[in-house]
Amino acid sequence: MQTRFLLPVFLAALLAGCGSIEPWVKPYERANLADPIMRFERDPVSSAYLVHVYQAREGARGAEGGSGGGCGCN
Amino acid sequence: MRAARKAGAAAAVAATELFKPLLGGLCLLFAWLPSGAGVLPDDRADALYHSYKGGGVEVNGPSVLVLKKLGQNVAVNGNYYVDSISGASIDVVTSGASKYSEKRTELSAGVDYLHGNSTLSASYTGSDENDYQANTATFGVSMDMFGNMTTVTMGYARGWDTVENNTDATFSEDVDRQNYQLGLIQVLSSNLLTEMDFEVITDEGYLNNPYRSARYINPADPTTYLYEAEVYPNTRTSSAIALRALYYLPWRDAASGEYRYFEDTWGINAHTLELGYTHPFDNGWVLEGSYRYYTQSGADFYSDLFPRQDSQNFMGRDKELSTFDDNSVGFRLSYDFLRNGGDTIDKGSINLAYDHIWFNYHDFRDLRSAGYPAGSEPLYQFSADVVQIYLSVWF
Repeated sequence: MQTRFLLPVFLAALLAGCGSIEPWVKPYERANLADPIMRFERDPVSSAYLVHVYQAREGARGAEGGSGGGCGCN
Repeated sequence: MRAARKAGAAAAVAATELFKPLLGGLCLLFAWLPSGAGVLPDDRADALYHSYKGGGVEVNGPSVLVLKKLGQNVAVNGNYYVDSISGASIDVVTSGASKYSEKRTELSAGVDYLHGNSTLSASYTGSDENDYQANTATFGVSMDMFGNMTTVTMGYARGWDTVENNTDATFSEDVDRQNYQLGLIQVLSSNLLTEMDFEVITDEGYLNNPYRSARYINPADPTTYLYEAEVYPNTRTSSAIALRALYYLPWRDAASGEYRYFEDTWGINAHTLELGYTHPFDNGWVLEGSYRYYTQSGADFYSDLFPRQDSQNFMGRDKELSTFDDNSVGFRLSYDFLRNGGDTIDKGSINLAYDHIWFNYHDFRDLRSAGYPAGSEPLYQFSADVVQIYLSVWF
């Protein structure tokens, strides 16, 4: 079961190791990404509440997002 | 009580061993990262009132969140959250117990430390109610790389809970929990943002609800049933992976999509699909709509009606462990004020959010229905209204 899930983990680690990759979206091309509507989690207090609502009533849990980061526009 | 347990979540040695090499590798990677120009979240404060009504239960209360930078490299945050619970769920009604009310209070505090393009985070959360105490400590690292096109996050949480029973003052059991999280946010184009999130959660300890019962066929009269205590395994390990995408449309709208797959050692498999659409108006109003679909298979040891007493080593009749699906439709209306800045705050917004959820159970029956032989009662279903009203200010 776990083996299947490790694939994306290794892909992420592989990606992280490629330090010389040039950004293909230049900083001056990120105006749209910097728009406040382009956030996975605009309001953390609201997102956390909804996660709580579903976690209390469903069997599934985890990977709900809120992992931080952003669009790289700052 | 169950909400508190799930809000924290999980412990298992196998997963710890599995992820040790990964954690070590990412720590090494973190050490290699060049110093750059990461940023901490903006200072903000949110005050939210939440209300849930459904299935005979009402849950409401406040949540207050404050994030504040202390200098250029350190930010602190704190959250105060309350669930005031009243009513009687179907489990309470069919067990013959009376309506109840209880209160769960949760406090959390966290700190972020920015170093170059990386942010280290730590937090502690404690929640308390009359029969359940939960504690969770979290540690995380977030790294921006490739010209800030990629953000990798890694988190670990450890929880330790105490389960009590209001009908038995001598009852006290423990639960240990561990969470491992790995996230990747990737800019794919000037209009497309994607996220992958992976999380393993393990629990070890007393995972039952001490009040809930399973039912079995009455051997003296098979058209009726009797109750017996539930018995759950003492361990549970789950894995979940989610993929998300957010796309900027040319007319300044945003469309989002998300899929999550979940499975655990209790035999539950679940799929979640969510779609969203955001439309901002020029005068500061923002309207959002969303649809969410969730479906799960039941746990291996779940049964609505067991054939006889002690028929299995593990037995559960919790509807959250049954086979069911739910559909949600949500709307959110926001108004941004002081968009050009004010004297004391930079900007603010007021928000109203409403979600309606329909739950449909496929093998959990409604025992409130009289006149049916055991096992042929109508299937249970209910819907819930979820309302949030909140004010956010950035300062």
